[in-house]
Amino acid sequence: MTTKLGYAVALVLLLIAPFFLYPVLLMKFLCFALFACAFNLILGFGGLLSFGHAAFFGGAAYITGHAIKVWGLPTELGLLAGAAAAGIMGLAAGMLAIRRQGIYFAMITLALAQMAYFLFISAPFTGGENGLQGVPRGTLLGMVDLQDNMAMYYFTLAIFLAAFWLIARTVHSPFGQVLRAIRDNEPRAVSLGYDVDRYKLQAFVLSATLAGLAGALKTVVFQLASLTDAHWHMSGEVVLMTLLGGVGTIAGPAVGAGIIVALQNLLASGPLSAWVPVVLGVIFVICVLSFRRGVIGELRAFIQKSF
Amino acid sequence: MKTLKTLALGASALAMASAASAEISDGKVKIGLLTDMSGTYSDLAGPGAVAAAEMAIEDFGGTVAGAPIELVTADHQNKADIAANKAREWGEAEQVDSFAELVTTSTALAVYEIAKQQNKVVLVSGAASSPLTNDACIPSGIHYTYSTTALANGTGKAVVAEGGDTWYFLTADYAFGQALEADVTKVVEGAGGKVLGSIRHPFPASDFSSFVLQAQASGAKVIGLANAGADTTNAIKAANEFGLVAGGQSIAALLMFITDVHALGLETAQGIQLTTGFYWDMDDETRAWSEKFMERTGKMPSMVQAGVYSSVSFYLKAIEATGSDDTDTVMEWMRDRPIDDFFAKGGTIRSDGRMVHDMYLARVKSPAESKGPWDYYEIVRTIPGEEAYGPLSDSTCPTK
Repeated sequence: MTTKLGYAVALVLLLIAPFFLYPVLLMKFLCFALFACAFNLILGFGGLLSFGHAAFFGGAAYITGHAIKVWGLPTELGLLAGAAAAGIMGLAAGMLAIRRQGIYFAMITLALAQMAYFLFISAPFTGGENGLQGVPRGTLLGMVDLQDNMAMYYFTLAIFLAAFWLIARTVHSPFGQVLRAIRDNEPRAVSLGYDVDRYKLQAFVLSATLAGLAGALKTVVFQLASLTDAHWHMSGEVVLMTLLGGVGTIAGPAVGAGIIVALQNLLASGPLSAWVPVVLGVIFVICVLSFRRGVIGELRAFIQKSF
Repeated sequence: MKTLKTLALGASALAMASAASAEISDGKVKIGLLTDMSGTYSDLAGPGAVAAAEMAIEDFGGTVAGAPIELVTADHQNKADIAANKAREWGEAEQVDSFAELVTTSTALAVYEIAKQQNKVVLVSGAASSPLTNDACIPSGIHYTYSTTALANGTGKAVVAEGGDTWYFLTADYAFGQALEADVTKVVEGAGGKVLGSIRHPFPASDFSSFVLQAQASGAKVIGLANAGADTTNAIKAANEFGLVAGGQSIAALLMFITDVHALGLETAQGIQLTTGFYWDMDDETRAWSEKFMERTGKMPSMVQAGVYSSVSFYLKAIEATGSDDTDTVMEWMRDRPIDDFFAKGGTIRSDGRMVHDMYLARVKSPAESKGPWDYYEIVRTIPGEEAYGPLSDSTCPTK
């Protein structure tokens, strides 16, 4: 009941937010929220710590940018192309990575992501360290001009909500149950007759695809794709967002993304502007030391205890 | 009905009149400065660039054409998306009239896109790459301080003319390094020199010993460093350890700032040749300004920081003279007049956005030659602006 109420309040807030806050900042938040939620799908529910999700995020960003700017694809198809490319990358990376567990899994994903990064830095179509700039936002179904920030915001929100729903649905489906069973006790899931690798791979590909969708959306919002999106810092940032919001909760990563994006934005022009990485680092340490379940996780525990 | 029409007409006439008299939009001039406050480039731009912009505004008395001048700053963390986000927000929600500094080419390009849509003035000082005045140029953008073209022309040509006619490159293996190597190769061969080869190092790299040994074995008279930042300083340290300069070869750093020399120390950096757009110890004017800067920040200015002061001052002068902060009016005024201050003597802004001014070929002094703190450069030659930046006809800017 409280959860439903929480979602309703959040939805209303998201719908009226652009009238009070700067829409582009909100869109950035939505993109990172989607990225973190997609990442949480395999970390929180599959128990797999991928350290290479930036490759899917950034890869899709480049593909979408290139598809819209150079091939002249309409915006919707460009987004789909980016997400599909991320899915294919996810399939290739996943097939290799899920053979190992724990730190080895993290290292393999990191290594593959670094390979992708060096590909992006030297491939001509990405514009190297200058990035892919000036991607047109285009129109929605040829009717709504997305150059308008309000139109773009509601388009982004619609995609975010659809993807969020898909993640929530996946988590609560029998597939999600099996995934959690694998996370909690893999040998037992095997002994129950589940093809563990297949489940892991499916979750990995889904996560990569949705992370790609987030990156693709970010390209359209900001009209650029840059190396920042594919750098391993980005893989670290999404871990931070997920942990801060609450790993293994549905809404937690979105909240974590909100906190990080808001902080980055607020600190960027304040007196602390030279200290952004330090502040984020301190927050991370505090989070890990004192509230390990993250904001939403702690909140949930508090509600369960009190009511 | 008729009264309504009259009323509407009267109101619109009134609105037009007030728009015409309020030449300074929103009653103030707002400059948005985006720079790297904490990362790799914070030394050569960063807080010093903010201080330079503040000095420019203070020296102008804080007001221009009767309107107050405001400065807003942000750390773009060398990320294009943060720069684009901030610039867009400033332009749309905070009535910022112009953007300044912008170290790191990707952030400058991102802000160019925003400025094109919003028609705002951009005064680029920190970014180096030449696309800013070629394919990616915009009518309201000025690339003020230096560019990779000028660095290649300056260092490449001059070093060959001085007898450094065989070259070997140590190149950062990504687009910027390769482009710089290609540019300099063209210049060197055009001047009658010869490129014996090159070695690519990964970006970023920390251990340069094998690359330096290969460069040493090449027997070339000049080792060109086609990299930047920490890669350049690390390569120089390694070259120093292996006695490259002591062995008779010389190093030409293609992108190096006085802050890099300061960090390396003269013992390590001595003998390096480089091109710069500004050196504090040129004449009384540069010294006077730089001393003031030193008092404020504790460091001598890099060319980027001096460029920020000069570009912001010139922009404010244009507003003062025209009484307007309208982008097209200001740009037209700036294009029509030479820049004459401590930074640039007789500098002109071309239609592709390039600010053409004299560049200097410098050699880093040895500890014995240096007479005091920050006495680092011996200016070997003044490179006329035309020669450094090439003719306008070479630019591929579509709106030139």
